[in-house]
Amino acid sequence: MTLATIVDIASWLLMSAGGLFVLIGGIGALRMPDLYTRMHAASVTDSIAPILIITGIVLQAGFTLASIKLIAILLFLLLTGPTATNALASAALLAGNRTEQATPYTSKDD
Amino acid sequence: MALLELYHYWAFAVLLMIGFYAVIAKLNLIKKLIGLSLFQAAVFLLYISMGKVEGGTAPIFMDGVDEQLYSNPLPQVLILTAIVVGISTLALGLGIVVRIKEEYGSIEENEIQEIDQR
Amino acid sequence: MTAVFSIFLLTLLIITAIAIVRISNLFAAVMLSGIFSLLLAANFFVLDAADVALTEAAVGAGISTVLFLSALAMTAEHERSVSTNRGIALIVVITTTIAIIYATFDKPAFGDPAAPIHQHVAPWYLDTTRYAIEIPNVVTAVLGTFRGYDTLGEVFVVFTAGIGVMFLLSARSGSKRQRLPQASEGLRHYLVPRVVGRMLIPFILLFALYVQFHGEYSPGGGFQAGAIFAAAIILYALLEGEDRALVALPRSWLTTMMVGGALLYGGVGVVCMLLGGNFLDYSVLSSNPVAGQQLGILLIEAGVGITVTGVLLNIYHAFAARDKF
Repeated sequence: MTLATIVDIASWLLMSAGGLFVLIGGIGALRMPDLYTRMHAASVTDSIAPILIITGIVLQAGFTLASIKLIAILLFLLLTGPTATNALASAALLAGNRTEQATPYTSKDD
Repeated sequence: MALLELYHYWAFAVLLMIGFYAVIAKLNLIKKLIGLSLFQAAVFLLYISMGKVEGGTAPIFMDGVDEQLYSNPLPQVLILTAIVVGISTLALGLGIVVRIKEEYGSIEENEIQEIDQR
Repeated sequence: MTAVFSIFLLTLLIITAIAIVRISNLFAAVMLSGIFSLLLAANFFVLDAADVALTEAAVGAGISTVLFLSALAMTAEHERSVSTNRGIALIVVITTTIAIIYATFDKPAFGDPAAPIHQHVAPWYLDTTRYAIEIPNVVTAVLGTFRGYDTLGEVFVVFTAGIGVMFLLSARSGSKRQRLPQASEGLRHYLVPRVVGRMLIPFILLFALYVQFHGEYSPGGGFQAGAIFAAAIILYALLEGEDRALVALPRSWLTTMMVGGALLYGGVGVVCMLLGGNFLDYSVLSSNPVAGQQLGILLIEAGVGITVTGVLLNIYHAFAARDKF
């Protein structure tokens, strides 16, 4: 097994794992009971998933200009994603969206 | 497989008509504008789909590559400018809607017509 | 494999479009149309149109969402009435869709290099760019040189639309309005968006300049750069408040940019005529025709970028200034 094959396999594994996390985030965003837990699930798609996917693509690209651009994109995503999540959460809180008011699952048990 | 390749044009037809439906069947003026921009987007999609060449790449020459097939640059140029013109005319439309709201107090077509007929 | 990806993206586009039309909350419809634009940009990229994808992402997903939201803030968030003739509309729409789909069977196969559209001028553009202009991005070459008249016309359409919005919205409305402190302060209370925004805005501006001046070598050019530049300033206005954005780039500057960019474009054409060439024939701008073409493209792209920035920001400020009630 040559080094190229190992790098190839590693990159495909990383990208597949990233895709899996995007899928999990999507399912979570649909299935979670209220806004905040949904956001928590969806934030997987803009934190761990791009790290894995872009690392995978960087391994494919090797030491080229494309890799530097990809890392710049990753940094941009890592800065903006959590910020957007934070802005959304504080906007929801400001609009009066409280967790206690929107939890169908706990209210059933009571 | 030949039928599958026409899918781009079918998507164009469906998107065009979804946009058109919003323009003729919705009474809210902003919804009509959103419909109009969907209609516009469908036309963009048609042009760009027609410019695609199988096995081609974006029409940007690469160093040291001679025998490369490139997609058609002309539809891309037309649509590139059309997108920016589209946003400007959309802004004009939204400006008119805002003025209508201020004068009539409503952006629903039927309510505006009622006020006009009084 | 690409075909599967295309079909997936196009199906998502159609689903999003149906959701946009069906949903009665206009705020949600606008957000969905932002998603629609992003999907459309991805589609354009798959179809080899990198320049168009960049424009659609910046303009459709960025600026048009902001414009729609600022218009919504002044109008209404929900649609109220339901049309009475939806049945007829549905019949018309379905019939037309079937007619168009029937017509597509006569179209040349998708991606066929022998299709009539690829026979006429496109090969000539590709060949001529190689030796007469010598820039790698054929889209920029066609935009700037071969179809320079067309682009000049488009710039003036953008310019006219900007003037139209300013006329419509700068008129004083009937009711007297008072400004809320919030409207002028933006998101200054929110620490996290503000800090990250301040950190990113210089890089967005730098990226806009890169897109502007690297447009001959990679996807980019005046239209895209103008949209990105305007988006950066709009982000600043949203975070720090209208007033500070207007201090950074005053209205008089924006109006000067609107006029100046269009004038620069037209002026390059006139200079070409004065130097003995045709209108917008850049070959005469330098002793070497190829260098002249490149200089001409650089200048008119700068003109386009300046005008688009000025117009988009003026439109945004016209909407935002009206928002304060």
